[in-house]
Amino acid sequence: MQDFLELLRNVVPSLLQGAVITLQIAGVSLLLGGAIGLPLGIGRVYGPPWLQRVLGAYITLFQGTPLLIQLFLVYYGLPDLGLTLGRLTAAYITLGLNSGAYQAEYLRGALQSVSEGQMTAARAIGMSKAQAIRSIILPQALRLVLPAWSNEAIAMLKNTAVVFAIAILDMMGQAKALASDYFAPIPIYMIVAVFYIVLVGVAYLLLRQVERRVQIPGLTSEAE
Amino acid sequence: MTTEPILRIEDLYKSFGETQVLKGFSLTIQPQEVVVLVGPSGSGKSTLLRCINLLHPPTAGRVWLDAQEITAPGVDQDKVRQRIGMVFQDFNLFTHLTALGNVMIGLTKVRKMHKKEAHDLAMLELERVGLVDRADHYPAQLSGGQKQRVAIARALGMDPHIMLFDEPTSALDPELTGEVLEVMQQLAKEGMTMIVVSHEMGFARQVASRVVFMENGVVVEEGPPNQMFTQPKSERTRAFLRKITDLDDGGERQ
Ligand SMILES: Nc1ncnc2c1ncn2[C@@H]1O[C@H](COP(=O)(O)OP(=O)(O)OP(=O)(O)O)[C@@H](O)[C@H]1O
Ligand SMILES: [Mg+2]
Repeated sequence: MQDFLELLRNVVPSLLQGAVITLQIAGVSLLLGGAIGLPLGIGRVYGPPWLQRVLGAYITLFQGTPLLIQLFLVYYGLPDLGLTLGRLTAAYITLGLNSGAYQAEYLRGALQSVSEGQMTAARAIGMSKAQAIRSIILPQALRLVLPAWSNEAIAMLKNTAVVFAIAILDMMGQAKALASDYFAPIPIYMIVAVFYIVLVGVAYLLLRQVERRVQIPGLTSEAE
Repeated sequence: MTTEPILRIEDLYKSFGETQVLKGFSLTIQPQEVVVLVGPSGSGKSTLLRCINLLHPPTAGRVWLDAQEITAPGVDQDKVRQRIGMVFQDFNLFTHLTALGNVMIGLTKVRKMHKKEAHDLAMLELERVGLVDRADHYPAQLSGGQKQRVAIARALGMDPHIMLFDEPTSALDPELTGEVLEVMQQLAKEGMTMIVVSHEMGFARQVASRVVFMENGVVVEEGPPNQMFTQPKSERTRAFLRKITDLDDGGERQ
């Protein structure tokens, strides 16, 4: 027990540093993914057929291949094409592109579940299609997509762990380094697992708050 | 008649793929007329209304609104729809906006009014349908009759030249149809030109200037309500009107 507390005291500072990196990568990648997923999701539903197919291919590519391979291709592959990226940038781009594909799919589902009458009514008062999407459909779809988006945010927190493979010192990278420094992989991986759970738990509670705040009055029958 | 018609539909055709729905529909409507359009299910009533405001592009034929041919190429369809109010069977209120927001959004986004001005006008429209006290309610917090009245206010806010109603009361519980029909009757009294698809024959008798019976995508017969109900020329009209009138009375007796 004494040993464990001693170990804990030694590893916690590094893991906290790692947590900052993990949060930073998750945050930037989620935002980047949102910036990609929003137009992609809209294009996938309302774009011309050729665009829908192109976007569909992008999404299949990123959903259908392991994240680790995507990371390696970006970090080790792009330099061959003359584009050398820093480690963190490679992480942002890979996770952002990947998350963009998932977020686009979630948004597509949400857009399609807004009833057709909403678009019809918007057009009937003289809105253009773009105006109707912006002012009527999206505000509803974004509320509908929030639970799926929360899951994506939580998945992202855990997915960031792959970046240790390009030697980034996120929580996982720190844990790996500490495990070999202290020859105590099992306790250290258990400690870092607890760190992940705490992060995920906090994120979950925050996102629930957001969901509650944007609920449309009278619409949800969910018991409080 | 000497007045310029407000709406002229000439030989309108509409097909969905192989299905021909409108097959040469023609109708002319004068300002301030209230035309009640009846016909069996599938005869093309909803399709006709959606062709009039160009939500469905007609396959052939022409439509004039205020002497402008709106089916001509190059017409700004969004501008045309502004001038044609539409009320749907299932309300289609914007679920994420309050009653007030539903009326305001067309004013700010389409008519480009300032917030304050839009707010005041929207409140006036809500007053017209008797719902000022429900301005802050969301659609999910309104009864069916209230929803439909908000939908009418939303359409009125755009200052339409003509209003199209597609079975505005058929999704309502019987005790709620009255409040909606009253609002419509009031509108008619104020001189609004309206096409109303409805099987509320009491409304047709009291408010309509003309009843049009359509079947299989064409007009079978039209005339003032009195004549249509008592001495229709066509046997089909007689049979159809008798059927829905019986249903109507049956409904009221229960
Ligand atoms: N978007 C569409 N695509 C294909 N067919 C359609 C479409 N809209 C309507 N139809 C068909 O057109 C025909 C007429 O439909 P419409 O809704 O205009 O009839 P209606 O007179 O309004 O009937 P109801 O009284 O039941 O509302 C129907 O056979 C319907 O299936
Ligand atoms: Mg119909």
